[in-house]
Amino acid sequence: MTGAAALMLDLLLVVLVAFAGWAALAGRGVFRAVVFFIAYGLLVALGWVRLGAVNVALAEAAIGAGLTGVLLLATVGRLERAGAARDVPLMRGAAAWVPALAGLAVTGALVWAWFALPLPESPGPQLAEALPRSGVENPVTAVLLNFRSWDTLLEAIVLLAALLGVWMLGRDGDWTAPLGLRQHVREGGVMAGFGRVLPPLGLLVGVWLLWAGADAPGGAFQGGTVLAAVIVVALMAGVAAPPGVDALPLRVALVLGPGVFLGAGLVLAALGAGFLTLPEAQAKAVIVAVETALTLSIAVTLAGLVLGPPTAPNGAAARTPDGARP
Amino acid sequence: MSALVFLLALPLVAALAALVAPRGAPALTLISAAAGVGAALRLAQTVAQGGVQEIALAGWAPPLGITVAADGLAVAFLLMTALVMLAVALAARAELAPERAGARVAFGFWPIALLLWGSLNAVFLSRDLFNLYVGIELLTLAAVALVALSGKAGALVAAMRYMIFALAGSLLYLLGVVLVYGAHGTLDVGLLADRTVADPDALALALMTAGLAAKTALFPFHVWLPPAHAGAPAPASAMLSGLVPKASFVILIRLWFEAMPDQAGSGALLLLGLMGAAAVIWGSLRALSQPRLKLIVAYSTVAQLGYMFLIFPLAGGDGAAQPWAAGAWTGGMFQALSHGLAKAAMFLCAGLWIIAAGGDRLADLRGLARPMPMTAMAFGLAAVTLMGLPPSGGFTAKYLMMTAAFASGQWGWALVLAGGGLLAAAYLYRPMAEVFARDCPITPQPIPRAWQLVPLALAVAAIMLGLISAPPFDLLQVGRPEAAEEGL
Repeated sequence: MTGAAALMLDLLLVVLVAFAGWAALAGRGVFRAVVFFIAYGLLVALGWVRLGAVNVALAEAAIGAGLTGVLLLATVGRLERAGAARDVPLMRGAAAWVPALAGLAVTGALVWAWFALPLPESPGPQLAEALPRSGVENPVTAVLLNFRSWDTLLEAIVLLAALLGVWMLGRDGDWTAPLGLRQHVREGGVMAGFGRVLPPLGLLVGVWLLWAGADAPGGAFQGGTVLAAVIVVALMAGVAAPPGVDALPLRVALVLGPGVFLGAGLVLAALGAGFLTLPEAQAKAVIVAVETALTLSIAVTLAGLVLGPPTAPNGAAARTPDGARP
Repeated sequence: MSALVFLLALPLVAALAALVAPRGAPALTLISAAAGVGAALRLAQTVAQGGVQEIALAGWAPPLGITVAADGLAVAFLLMTALVMLAVALAARAELAPERAGARVAFGFWPIALLLWGSLNAVFLSRDLFNLYVGIELLTLAAVALVALSGKAGALVAAMRYMIFALAGSLLYLLGVVLVYGAHGTLDVGLLADRTVADPDALALALMTAGLAAKTALFPFHVWLPPAHAGAPAPASAMLSGLVPKASFVILIRLWFEAMPDQAGSGALLLLGLMGAAAVIWGSLRALSQPRLKLIVAYSTVAQLGYMFLIFPLAGGDGAAQPWAAGAWTGGMFQALSHGLAKAAMFLCAGLWIIAAGGDRLADLRGLARPMPMTAMAFGLAAVTLMGLPPSGGFTAKYLMMTAAFASGQWGWALVLAGGGLLAAAYLYRPMAEVFARDCPITPQPIPRAWQLVPLALAVAAIMLGLISAPPFDLLQVGRPEAAEEGL
């Protein structure tokens, strides 16, 4: 791409990102806001690509736009079924101006900081020196699963905490019910067809993202998100029924990733290498094992977040993919 | 394996196990908490004798890797937290059993409580600004889940409000971290202390402080706290009020006294002190007018957290070496530690009274001291600590801060310290007067002695912090930041 064309594209992206952000915030309709939020996430992902941060772009598209968008859409759906959906009143007076001014002040300060920031001397040289000893070629994976693995381990557990929090929002009487609302699929309908075609394709993409993550952009979080979509589509199409909290395989799948990660760290400590310290020769093998387990757990956890807490069939009104009540 | 790594990993391993085998979760939590107390004591001994224990996690030194370090401050908070967790595990075994609290709560409480403990330990030990962010994110999600635990509409609203405040706080903190990393290429507290100061540092510190203040419920960001802490089941409230705000406070201490003491302008220190003073007065006044015990205790948390922020102006002042700064710093730590123990004891007392009397309106508590003398005693001892009366840990805290205030000629803060103590006596008198009334109009449900022993032990520990204050005082001095000695 020539310089002028690239500049035009970047300018267009900036304008579109700002417009989508504004459109998500302005207006009364909640559904409209969610749709613009998803568009905003995808445009921001494109922005990350333009900045050369493909890993971040994948994560933003998969989690920022995709997963968060699905969660927000599911929330809108639940509100509608509960008869609680209504337009949001436009904020006026101090309620609008105080946050707007605070937001402007922070933005202004960040713009100033952008010009005032010096170029740091670290960690570029240290990173270049250490990368060959990390076991992987993708620097992002090296940071996530070797240099700063303690962060990533805690992040994986953060997801688990979020799911536990969602489960706690269920009704006491529904506790033994399967996760989420019941699905009714029309025989031979669009959903039933999709539900059989998409999962195998998604499975391939998810596993590819996980595997590629060692040397190219990708990794456990991106792969896990795609696999979560596979699980959700399969459940929505009625290919399988969602389990309840009492299903042991579900709970084992949830803790497998953090458990393998933590266990590997402790075994390495017991062997004398130090907590989470990967010996250079075994680094790649341990990273691949940990990432594989993490991908599975992330997929199940994210799917669990989309499904929601245990819900008895007669609790909230059941839904069909066509939106009609049975 | 070192006690340090053990304390990082133990709660997380236990949380995963509790999720897989929920039936064994109560016993597992109890054993883990007891082991945690043992490990914290051992680590305290190691640190007291051998100085600060530091580990580069994953074997990579900063700026690539993450450093965790056990100094006196970290170990003191680890030990206080383990003690509170042990008491909470004992209390929750009784109060949150499936037949009393329902299957949902009996399943969820244990792994969430263990994750909360794990995140606290991670925060107390971490020396990396981004790792601290991940730690308080885990802490926030676990804490929000505890607030929502009861499932009542009021608790869900409080949980939602708490989450919005806490996530806004996270975002501000993260913005500051991004600026620090952009300017210096490192997130390590130790490396940042030796950095070349950059222009955006003040902005970064301001953003991080604002975010952490919202998470610590510093006035005027306190509005989320009382309904959130009062609406949870008592063992959860004990953790939320006694432990959770201490994590963001410790990060503030790491930032202001260790990473960037050079950015502490006198105006900013004064502002933090004024917000703390406002919290002391406003929280106490609101506590005075609450109709329910748990709300009184929750508003009291707003006031008690305020004292901790007085150390910023008390340790500040003019550049020259200040012999009183160390006193103010240590006093703030004593305040945080003794409040943690005493406030957890108070909420556990409230939990037992709610079981006995069926509610926590002040009239419900009338005369409960006669059938439940040990619980009344526990509440009274905890109250002594919160009022700052001798010989409690709260007294040691206020004595140290008061001395710093007089020595540095900052009389105004001494007035806040004294006035806050009087107000605490006033708002705690109301429930005490009811509990110690001679007549008991109801026949309360009998509460076993063993249950009553739990809050009593915590309250006694808060008193012991003042009675035997020398060992914790000496422990806190290990690895004490230079800025705490010389003043900000």
